[in-house]
Amino acid sequence: MNDALIKEFEAIVGKENVMHAEADRQAYSYDAAVLEPVVPDLVVRPTTSEALGKTVRLCNENALPITPRGAGTNLSGGTIPGRKGVVLLTNSLNKIIEINEQDMYAVVQPGVVTAKFAAEVARRGLFYPPDPGSQAVSTLGGNVAENAGGLRGLKYGVTKDYVMGVDFFDVNGELVKAGSRTVKCVTGFNLSALQVAGEGSLGVINEIIFKLVPPPAANKAMMAVFDSIDKASETVAAIIAGKIVPCTLELMDKKTIELVEAFTKAGLPTDAAAILLIEVDGHPAQVADEAEKVVEIARRIGAIDVRAASSDAERNKIWEARRAALPALARARPTTVLEDATVPRSQIPTMIRAINRIAEKYNVTIGTFGHAGDGNLHPTILCDRRDKEEFKRVEDAVDEIFEVALSLKGTLSGEHGIGLAKAKWLEKETSPATIAYAKKIKAAIDPKGILNPGKIIGA
Amino acid sequence: MADLQKLATMLQELDDQMAACMKCGMCQGVCPVFAETMAEADVTRGKIALLENLAHELVVDAEGVKDKLNKCLLCGSCAANCPSGVRIMDIFLKARCIVNGYLGLSPAKKAILRGMLTRPKLFNALLDTAGKFQGLVTSKADEIVGTSCSRLMSPIIGERHFKPLAKEPLHAAVPSLDTAVGASGLKIAFYPGCAVDKFFPQVGHAAFKIFRHHGVGVFMPEGQACCGLPSLASGDMESFLRLVELNVKLFGQMPFDYLVTPCGSCTAAFKEVWPKFAAEMPSAIRHAAMTLADKAIDINAFIVDKLGVEVPTEAPKGGTPLTYHDPCHLDKSLHVTAQPRALLRSNPNYEFREMSEHNRCCGCGGSFNLYHYDVSKKIGERKRENIVASGAKVVATGCPACMLQISDMLSQAGDGIAVKHAIEIYAETLG
Ligand SMILES: Cc1cc2nc3c(=O)[nH]c(=O)nc-3n(C[C@H](O)[C@H](O)[C@H](O)COP(=O)(O)OP(=O)(O)OC[C@H]3O[C@@H](n4cnc5c(N)ncnc54)[C@H](O)[C@@H]3O)c2cc1C
Ligand code: SF4
Ligand code: SF4
Repeated sequence: MNDALIKEFEAIVGKENVMHAEADRQAYSYDAAVLEPVVPDLVVRPTTSEALGKTVRLCNENALPITPRGAGTNLSGGTIPGRKGVVLLTNSLNKIIEINEQDMYAVVQPGVVTAKFAAEVARRGLFYPPDPGSQAVSTLGGNVAENAGGLRGLKYGVTKDYVMGVDFFDVNGELVKAGSRTVKCVTGFNLSALQVAGEGSLGVINEIIFKLVPPPAANKAMMAVFDSIDKASETVAAIIAGKIVPCTLELMDKKTIELVEAFTKAGLPTDAAAILLIEVDGHPAQVADEAEKVVEIARRIGAIDVRAASSDAERNKIWEARRAALPALARARPTTVLEDATVPRSQIPTMIRAINRIAEKYNVTIGTFGHAGDGNLHPTILCDRRDKEEFKRVEDAVDEIFEVALSLKGTLSGEHGIGLAKAKWLEKETSPATIAYAKKIKAAIDPKGILNPGKIIGA
Repeated sequence: MADLQKLATMLQELDDQMAACMKCGMCQGVCPVFAETMAEADVTRGKIALLENLAHELVVDAEGVKDKLNKCLLCGSCAANCPSGVRIMDIFLKARCIVNGYLGLSPAKKAILRGMLTRPKLFNALLDTAGKFQGLVTSKADEIVGTSCSRLMSPIIGERHFKPLAKEPLHAAVPSLDTAVGASGLKIAFYPGCAVDKFFPQVGHAAFKIFRHHGVGVFMPEGQACCGLPSLASGDMESFLRLVELNVKLFGQMPFDYLVTPCGSCTAAFKEVWPKFAAEMPSAIRHAAMTLADKAIDINAFIVDKLGVEVPTEAPKGGTPLTYHDPCHLDKSLHVTAQPRALLRSNPNYEFREMSEHNRCCGCGGSFNLYHYDVSKKIGERKRENIVASGAKVVATGCPACMLQISDMLSQAGDGIAVKHAIEIYAETLG
């Protein structure tokens, strides 16, 4: 990167917001995906919308690849600057511009941290439901760009269900406005949708309008223990068939239970094959009624133990087990490969059996937990990346997990995105025409191919 | 100077620990430095990535990595919250030694770490005549190193609101002690630590009062040496080992039940840090050092857990509003949080009010405060805002390093809020 160009960036965002020292650049070469890092040529951090637009424009003029980056917690390599160029930090664009209680929407800059936003919304008596596990640090721009999910997907949906509008910069740094602050809006193409799960490859998000909802008045958490994964799955199906939509319906498999118990010593039954963690919320009377039904269903199907929390402390205890899942798995071995193959709900037992078979076939350790209500599983492979031979087996196992998920009419990724990690698989899930269509859109919007190049469709 | 082969072995050891970092980025949520600078190289994940690259020779600019490594409070907030359980403090301290081994100590650092801290008598003499001391080092203010104790040199730096050195340091008032075991049946060794000795002797006197009241036999030898944390924080293994040896010589011979210190950083140094470096210690002193580490205990924990002080479960109402700041070393490393609060409850003249973010770092971090005063001050200001918002007229804490930083912040803003050690509040209740 030549000095004259660096000076131009400095003129736009200020000297302190342009990083070109080796140590600074190296810190933006990775994200949470287990992939090879790539060091960018420059890191630029605009602090105003205007500077964000100008930065994009300057990059395009110089055909410099742009990798937008929020908190860099995505699990698919979306923020690895595969073709170098500029890493564009959005974390200083972190203002909540408006929370409108009357009309129940909020307008935010992309760098606002998810949990901070949710807390501020809650303080105003409203509710922003999407709660990815990384919410303490992830940014809302990153959530939109990955269409992040979370624990409440079954009842409340995912990030896209709350996006009412997105303002974004096109490759020339012109501001494109899409959507509105109204509940209904049909003015033109749904261009906001291009940014949802777009991973920064079709524009750079400048502002987001989010829908807010009233918070539930009450909730109740339950835990059901099973000696077979089929019974757990049958219970999930029966709950939904019983017209109950829990806000959360989480599953932990045998390996995960073992590791969580070893880590927390909380007294989980390690001979269990599966545990379901369930929460219903809403009007107090309805919550009480539904909780009773859920307990009854789990018992009828043959849960060996069912517990309902009767206090906040007990509720906390139930969720502690779920919160401990990732830490327990992550501590077992140095490298943690967190996948998110997703299948139609009814296929969960088949999928879990397949995962266990794959673990055996490739001699790798896989703990599976995840959002049973959504069919969104997180088979988590524990290994040591530095062991080349082992890691090859891990990669083969991941490939086979994808094969099985697709054969069950599932999807490669429920919420973690495609990025670099799964780009090669996309055609298999979709079709050659799908990729060609997407590439045409990309080429028209971004003729020089500078917007997060190489991600999703490899273009 | 440690030899290169040794450094290579240490590097190998680090690689295993660093591989445990899954790059999830969750440390961004708790790192006080990152909250101010928003730069990835300032947060744990970035630092570990840089160190890994250094270990695999992917970085050319080792000085650059060293600078990032040092831009850290060593507060342990990241370690306490890391889902992967990465032993971050081990990595950071050892990495500082390794990187420093390659790059060498600056002459000014050497002068202080090796020339002064390892010679307690000289160090005391110099500080007793602070004026003379001032003439010695002045020009190179930012070269001065250390953790909490680095602030000992701070009266000479900048326009900060430094706590002046005490008129009469603790070691001048009470050079040494060896009192008989009383009602408690316990004999302790008392280690006031540099900052209590030189800035807050009243904390030492409060401790003596408490020991007397409970019939605790106190052994306090003359010429105590630094706990070694400042040396390690600067990556100076040699000085660290020298200090361990001095302390072992001084305390190792005497029979006592506990090594009690009123400084959270010193306790953490003995209890948590020394064992991490046991392998580096000469075998002649290793066992004695580990026995000391084992016996070390924070003074709040000692009073509440070992002296069986009866503490009211209900907090008194109506007194002077008081709040408490959790020092990082007490909260995140030693998990001492309930005991100081219990001591505060014991005094009916105060009404306790928990401040928000009570366990968020105050931003002192020893030499961090000297090298990165701007960031340190911003972190400290957030602490100050929380203290003021609590409505307290007194803020108590458990570490003199935090007392220095908080005093600086409150005094710059002219808040008129007093800063005390939790044991001072308890000591006030004893006749
Ligand atoms: C411990 C852990 C738990 C997780 N749990 C969940 C979970 O429960 N559910 C879930 O869905 N995900 C989860 N994730 C994945 C990840 O946190 C989400 O994908 C999150 O949305 C990423 O947000 P971010 O701010 O880190 O974005 P980044 O990782 O910085 O970026 C993600 C993508 O968005 C693009 N981008 C960022 N900002 C912009 C912008 N302003 N304009 C255009 N593009 C932009 C980037 O280029 C990149 O492609 C988890 C990750 C971790 C490490
Ligand atoms: S929280 Fe722990 S595992 Fe995650 S990036 Fe930070 S140090 Fe690494
Ligand atoms: S020790 Fe404290 S300052 Fe240093 S990286 Fe961890 S959280 Fe940040």
